[in-house]
Amino acid sequence: MHQNRNDIISRLQKDILLWQGFSPPVAGKAKGIGLGPLEAAFPNGVFPTGSIHEMLCPAPEQAAATAGLMAGILATLMQQGGACLWISTSRKLFPPALITFNVQPHQVIFIDVQQEKDALWAMEEGLKCEGVAAVIAEIREISFAQSRRLQLAVESSKVTGFLLRNDPRKLGTTTCVARWQVSPLPSQLEDGLPGVGFPRWQVDLLRVRNGTPGSWQLEWIDDSFVPVAQEEAEIMSENNRMTG
Amino acid sequence: MNKRFISLWFRHLLTDWLTLRRPELKGVPFIITTPVQNRVVVTATNLLVEAQGVTVGMPAADAKAIVPDLVVIDEIPGQAAKLIKALGEWCIRYSPLVAADLPDGLILDVSGCAHLWGGERAYLKEIVTRLISKGYDVRGAMADTAGTAWAIARFGKIKPIIGPGMQTDALLTLPPAALRLEPAILERLQKLGFYTIKSFMGIGRSVLRRRFGQELLLRIDQALGNENEPLQLLHPVEPYTERLPCLEPIRTATAIEIAIKTLLENLCRRLQSEGMGMRTAILKGYRVDGRIIQAAIGTSKATHHTGHLFKLFELKIATLAPGLGIELFTLEAPKVEEVEPEQEALWSPEGCSLEDSSLTELLDKLANKIGAGNIHRYLPQERYWPEQSIKPALSVKDKPATTWRTGRPRPSLLLNRPEKIEVTFRLPDYPPMLFIYKGEVHHINKADGPERIEREWWADQGLHRDYYMIEDNEGRRYWLFRLGHYTDVESAWYLHGYFA
Repeated sequence: MHQNRNDIISRLQKDILLWQGFSPPVAGKAKGIGLGPLEAAFPNGVFPTGSIHEMLCPAPEQAAATAGLMAGILATLMQQGGACLWISTSRKLFPPALITFNVQPHQVIFIDVQQEKDALWAMEEGLKCEGVAAVIAEIREISFAQSRRLQLAVESSKVTGFLLRNDPRKLGTTTCVARWQVSPLPSQLEDGLPGVGFPRWQVDLLRVRNGTPGSWQLEWIDDSFVPVAQEEAEIMSENNRMTG
Repeated sequence: MNKRFISLWFRHLLTDWLTLRRPELKGVPFIITTPVQNRVVVTATNLLVEAQGVTVGMPAADAKAIVPDLVVIDEIPGQAAKLIKALGEWCIRYSPLVAADLPDGLILDVSGCAHLWGGERAYLKEIVTRLISKGYDVRGAMADTAGTAWAIARFGKIKPIIGPGMQTDALLTLPPAALRLEPAILERLQKLGFYTIKSFMGIGRSVLRRRFGQELLLRIDQALGNENEPLQLLHPVEPYTERLPCLEPIRTATAIEIAIKTLLENLCRRLQSEGMGMRTAILKGYRVDGRIIQAAIGTSKATHHTGHLFKLFELKIATLAPGLGIELFTLEAPKVEEVEPEQEALWSPEGCSLEDSSLTELLDKLANKIGAGNIHRYLPQERYWPEQSIKPALSVKDKPATTWRTGRPRPSLLLNRPEKIEVTFRLPDYPPMLFIYKGEVHHINKADGPERIEREWWADQGLHRDYYMIEDNEGRRYWLFRLGHYTDVESAWYLHGYFA
C-alpha cells in the first residue's frame, strides 16, 4: 500500500513536470551540457534549455566568473555554429576571452542599449527569434510581469536566455527556471609550480524550479567543466580558514 | 559628393568615320555635303581640306574651287546622331552616366570614377588615347560642370583638367562662344566688342538680361555650377520609387498600414523581377496641410521580402502624425543592391548560422529601433595592444581573416579605461604583493607575468605595459599592469580587467 502510494506520487510529479514543459530525456539524445554532477539538480537531471536562467553577480569579480561559466555553457549551445546575442547597457565583456571557453567570439552579436527598458525589449525580440542559440542580457532590475513576458517568448521558440543581474538592488520573484550565483575560488596548482591555475568557481544554485538547490565547485580544465573533488575542496577550505 | 564631368569633342566626326569605313579615302581631301535651299553646303571636312581654308557652312562650289581634286560625298541624314549614340554606348565602360551632346560631342558624368583608373589625369588620357587609336580626332576636358568641360574641350589651350571650383578662372580668357550660346547672341556680343568672357562677366546681371536675354545668364550659371544642368542620359537611371495617391485623405493607422503594404508589394515586385533588394527605404506622406512626414528604415542585407519590410515599417507607424490626413504616399529605395539568392538547405543542422534569414531580420528590427551603430560584432585583428586586438565587423557576412589568439589568457571583463591602483611590490620586475583598489586591500597569493605589450610605435607614442595576471587570497583574479619601466620615481600601476 505504502509502496503503491509512492509510485502514484512520483508518477504524478512526472506528469506535472511534463505539463510544465520539462520533458524527460529521450533515449540516445541525453548528452548533457557538460556541467557534470550539477545537472542532477535540475528536473529530470537535464539542464533546461529553452528557458531563462538568472545569474546574480553583485561584484565585478563575480560577473567575470559568471561570464566564464556561462561561456562554457554557451559553447555547448552554440556547437552547431549558431549565434548569440549579448545585450547590455554598459558592456565590459572582452570578446577574445570567450575563445578560452570554446566560444567563437565573432559569433556573438553585441547590442548596446541606452536604457534597461530597451534591453528588455531587445531580449524579448531576441528570444522570439528561432535563429539564435542564446540571448544574454545584463539587466539590473526586472519585475515579475516583465520576466513572465520573457518566459512566454521562450516557450514558443525554445531559445535559452540568461539574465545577468549585475549589482541587483532587489531580488524579487521571477519566472526564471534557476537562480545562480558564481563566485571565484582560489585556483590550485601542482606543488611548486608558479603562476595562476585553472579558473575555479563556487557555483551556487540558489533556486531551481522543481529541482534541488545546492552548491558545487567546478573547474575549467582543457575545454570542459571538471567538478572539484570533495576531499580536496574540504582541504582547501581548511587551508583558507588557516590563512584567512 | 563633388560632381565631375568630362566633355568629349569629336572634331571630324563624320569624316573620321568615313575614313574608317572606306580606307581608300585616307590621305584624300574630301568633304561631306548636304543640300540646303537650292544650294549644296559643306557639312563636314577632313583635316586636309580644313588646312586649305574650307570651313563648314561654305557652299560646295567654293570648296571645289579652292581644292581642285576634292572628293564630294553626300551626307546620310541622321548619321551624326547615330554615331554619337554608338560612341556613347562604347563610353559606358568609363562611366554609367553618358549623355549625347549633339551634334559632335559626348558628356560623361564621371563623379567618383576617376580613381579606378589611377587618378583624373590617367583617366582622361585613357579615354582620349583609346578614341584616337580607333581613328577619331577627339579632344577631352574635365571640370566640375558640364558647361566648363564643354568650353575647355573646344576652346581650352592650357590644360584639359580644371580642378574643383576653378571654373571661373578657366573660363575668363575664353571667347563667348565657349558658353554654348545662340548665334544671334554671339553676333551681338561680337558687335559690342565683348571678345572674351572676362569682358562681360563683371557686368550686372540685370543689365546682361536686358541686353542679351535670360539664356546668357543661364549658360553662365550652368558653366559655373550655380545652376543644375540636366543631362539626357543614354541609359537613364530609373529610380526605385512608388506613388500611391489616396482618394480621400487618410488618417487612421490601419489605412496607413494598407498604404505601406500596397507600396511595398509594388516596389518589391519590381525589385524581385530585377533580382535586386533594398537596403534602405524612405516612406513619405504628403499631408493635406502641405507638410511632409516621413519614416525611414534600413536592412542589414538586401531584401525584397514584403513581410519583413512591412514589419520594419510597422514599428514606425506610431511616429507618423497624419494631422488632418495624408493625400499621397511615396516610397523610395535610395540604396538598392543585388540580392543573393537564398539556397534552401537540403540538410539543415540543428543550430543556425549568422546568415540565417530570421537572425538578419531580427537584427534589422533591433537596428531600426536602437540604431545600427549600437549593434556590434567583433573580428580578431593581428595586433597585440588589448584595446586594438579586435575590430568591429562591417557586415554579417564578414569572416575573421585570422584565428583568435589562444596563447595568452585574456580577462573576461575589460575596463574601458584602466583604473589606477596603489601597489606594494618587490624590485624590479616582481609582481605586486598587495594592491589597493577602491579602498579594499587585496593580498596577492599567486601571480603570472609579466607579459610585456609594446605600444605600436607607428600609431601612437607612449610607454609599454607590463601585464600580470594575479589572484588574491580570496581567489579573485585580476589583470594588472605597470606602465613603462620601473624607475625610482613612482611607477604607475593600473587595474585593467577581471579574469573568470
